[in-house]
Amino acid sequence: MSIDLRATRDDVVAELRDGMTIGIGGWGSRRKPMSLVRAICRSGVRDLTVVSYGGPDVGLLCAAGKVKRVVFGFVTLDSIPLEPHFRRARESGSIEATEMDEGMFYLGLLAAAWRVPFLPTRAGLGSDVMLVNPSLRTVRSPYEGGEEVVAVPPLSLDVAIVHMNRADTRGNAQFLGPDIYFDDLFLQAASKRFVSCERLVETGEFEGPVQTLRINRSMVDGVVEAPRGAHFTSCEPDYGRDEAFQTSYVKAAGDEDAWAAFRARYIDVDEAAYQEATR
Amino acid sequence: MSDITRDEYCVIACAEAWRDDGAVLASAFGFIPTLGARLARATFSPELLISDGEAYLVANDLPLGSHQKVVEGWLPFRSVFDVVWSGRRHVMMGAVQLDRFGNQNISMIGKHDKPKAQMIGVRGAPGNTVNHATSYWVQNHSTRAFVASVDMVSGVGFDRARANPAAGRFHGLRRVVTNLCVFDFSTADHAMRLRSIHPGVELDEVLANTGFEVEHVPNVPETRAPTVEELRLIREVLDPNDVRKSEVKP
Repeated sequence: MSIDLRATRDDVVAELRDGMTIGIGGWGSRRKPMSLVRAICRSGVRDLTVVSYGGPDVGLLCAAGKVKRVVFGFVTLDSIPLEPHFRRARESGSIEATEMDEGMFYLGLLAAAWRVPFLPTRAGLGSDVMLVNPSLRTVRSPYEGGEEVVAVPPLSLDVAIVHMNRADTRGNAQFLGPDIYFDDLFLQAASKRFVSCERLVETGEFEGPVQTLRINRSMVDGVVEAPRGAHFTSCEPDYGRDEAFQTSYVKAAGDEDAWAAFRARYIDVDEAAYQEATR
Repeated sequence: MSDITRDEYCVIACAEAWRDDGAVLASAFGFIPTLGARLARATFSPELLISDGEAYLVANDLPLGSHQKVVEGWLPFRSVFDVVWSGRRHVMMGAVQLDRFGNQNISMIGKHDKPKAQMIGVRGAPGNTVNHATSYWVQNHSTRAFVASVDMVSGVGFDRARANPAAGRFHGLRRVVTNLCVFDFSTADHAMRLRSIHPGVELDEVLANTGFEVEHVPNVPETRAPTVEELRLIREVLDPNDVRKSEVKP
């Protein structure tokens, strides 16, 4: 039997339930699975807990009213420091926030992937991250010195979505840019795992060094072919960030009418129409 | 040299923060700190490692905005944490708020459940400050930035580090460079001390724009001038398009 994990955006959305925890790969405004994020924005799902090295993925989901809580170390558009929709959602008190050091976030994903109850770190000690997360605990070393460090709990995910440069229909996937970010860990921390990709290729036709084949099919439940699926975030080396579009996104976010128009043109449309409108 | 401008004093003051650091990763946020790190490596601290802010370690004297990189290493974000937690790094971060013990805030203003102003988030500041050397760059020195107490401690200051042995073990704040002056923490209780004032700035101006008591000697020294060679590197090699001037007014 041949293995075929091909899926559609609708298949991914169909796995989501109200109140689920969803992890989103990428970093800031870099290689975000934006076509999947837009599909979630158009769906009926709500009250999501979003776990992300946050960029416009977090902003779009906040603007669409899908978010109950954001788990984050930062939310930024990189070339534009602040994410306007996330900012408004926080300042209006409409979302809850679990804020932690970005290294703690890494260890939380790793603890979930490794199925251990916590991982120790110095990061967080002495900072107000401990105050705003009253459930965070410290742990005393059982070894000499007995240092008391932070015990980062697992960031376990119901669903993870990431965007890769290439994948095959069997669920192996490849990053061709300089950094995988934490996408493999997002997949390993989740119960249901989806990869969108720029292009599906035959298994024998992956190009580039073997180190880029970081995601194997044991880590994946579905693959969605989504050319320009990270737009307007960067997806090196296939394309860079669309800075002009990102600027227009931020401008539209500042005005109710402008945002309604942006939404009608770019979000409440199917993928083909989005791609056509942003060419 | 009388034509040295304020931004150039700021660059040399930032560069001095990395003097004698050896082979550590010099991470910088902002144009002026980035120039400072690159200038330090190009002159008196040649062992420093410099990242492009993406995934590469860069060996050449890269001008601001240039992509002509000579790559000497691969440092994706996950590997940066290995460097941070090993202590082989000296970061110069920005700060929206700083108090006299160097507690820094880049997260939010107001109450955490509903901030008056949401900013970028704590980022790596909690982990950075308890693992390796940290300095700060404040481009607009004002009582809004230098406050009695910060709204959310992102980067850990000396008082917090002293109160928690595991936080204090590898903690160390070095310098705070602003558009007006340089602070260090060389006092008995590691509170901020005025180390030098940029030429053209009055002591009263510094004190009036700092929202807490600052220790200082009667005649605070001036920030040193860049040498002729350092000026040439800043103006002709590292920042030929004067990008630095967008960050500091004359």
